[in-house]
Amino acid sequence: MAGKKESTFINMVLVLFIVTLVASAALGGLYELTKEPIAAAKLAKKLKAIKEVVPEFDNNPSEEMYSVEMPTGDLLEFYPAKKGDELVGTAVKTFTTNGFSGYIWIMVGFKPDGTINNYSVLEHKETPGLGTKMEPWFKTTDPAKAKCSILGKNPGTANLTVSKDGGDIDAITAATISSRAFLDAVQTAYNEYNKQMEGGTK
Amino acid sequence: MTNKDIFLRGFFKENAVFALLLGMCPTLGVTSSATNGLGMGLATTFVLIMSNLVISLVSSFIPDKVKIPSFIVIIASFVTMVDLLMAGYVPALHEQLGVFIPLIVVNCVVLGRAEAFASKNKMVPSIIDGVSMGLGFAMALTMLGAIREFFGSGKMFGVTLFNETYGMLVFVLAPGAFIALGYLIAFINRVRKV
Repeated sequence: MAGKKESTFINMVLVLFIVTLVASAALGGLYELTKEPIAAAKLAKKLKAIKEVVPEFDNNPSEEMYSVEMPTGDLLEFYPAKKGDELVGTAVKTFTTNGFSGYIWIMVGFKPDGTINNYSVLEHKETPGLGTKMEPWFKTTDPAKAKCSILGKNPGTANLTVSKDGGDIDAITAATISSRAFLDAVQTAYNEYNKQMEGGTK
Repeated sequence: MTNKDIFLRGFFKENAVFALLLGMCPTLGVTSSATNGLGMGLATTFVLIMSNLVISLVSSFIPDKVKIPSFIVIIASFVTMVDLLMAGYVPALHEQLGVFIPLIVVNCVVLGRAEAFASKNKMVPSIIDGVSMGLGFAMALTMLGAIREFFGSGKMFGVTLFNETYGMLVFVLAPGAFIALGYLIAFINRVRKV
């Protein structure tokens, strides 16, 4: 091709420098532009999850968030939901490393007395079609499957492990590992939640 | 070669998935549903068009020995842009496609077209090549996604067609991707011969 640059050292350095400079400038600019929408999208998702798992509230739980560091170095986040001045529930962002593949992040909502109000699965990498059923499975309202549901149960009094391990909960068919991991995350959340409530910090 | 020829070649005759068998990693990885396939296909199409456009313009200034690194930087920039834009404006889809978006960088279709076509041709044919290759890729991924979604969970683009209990789980999992792709390629090859 006419005008093709020779592969001399100075040409190569110059061309690579210009290419990377333009690329990084463009990306830096776009990063600034998309920073706000990305943060807003993340916040909206979190708020939606909180709304789903605790009773109606009128404060801003994200502002009153507090967290506890777990041995793995990850944070357990607590979102107190209040109506007026009264605590109506706490959403706990919890996790487990016992999943079939990688972390499972769950938002679970406790009523002030420690019973589970609702939960929402935030992030997981479980097998599609098996472990992924944990989103509907543990909150079924079908009376025939009452042993699957964790809603309205209190991890302090009920034994939240799968029935195979002698617990009170029926595991997801063909996904016992995911079920164990899910319940483990709920239990972790409850234990920390309990510590917080007993410590008197609200 | 006319522009129409370039388009038809990229879209069907040398379809990235069915004929060239390029970009198999995203093809098999994300196509568990038609929506995912379409989203991934369109994201790749955008990257292909933009990188073909830029590379056709700048390739004469780039010395041969640093051609590949320069192309990769250009492609990676556009991929990062897609990643940021999707995270900001379509977070749900972005979450579904997850790690496969950054991996468009190493999708051999993109670098392949940059090297084999855009660096040797002018701007307009390069854009057409990007559009056709990209849309061909998107079509293949959507077809594969639709087949897997239909047999696996009884849905099509998220709309339930029959009860999920009758779905064949294997189609949602990785082996189903290989099986569906194999039959799809066989079918397309038969059609091509007619």
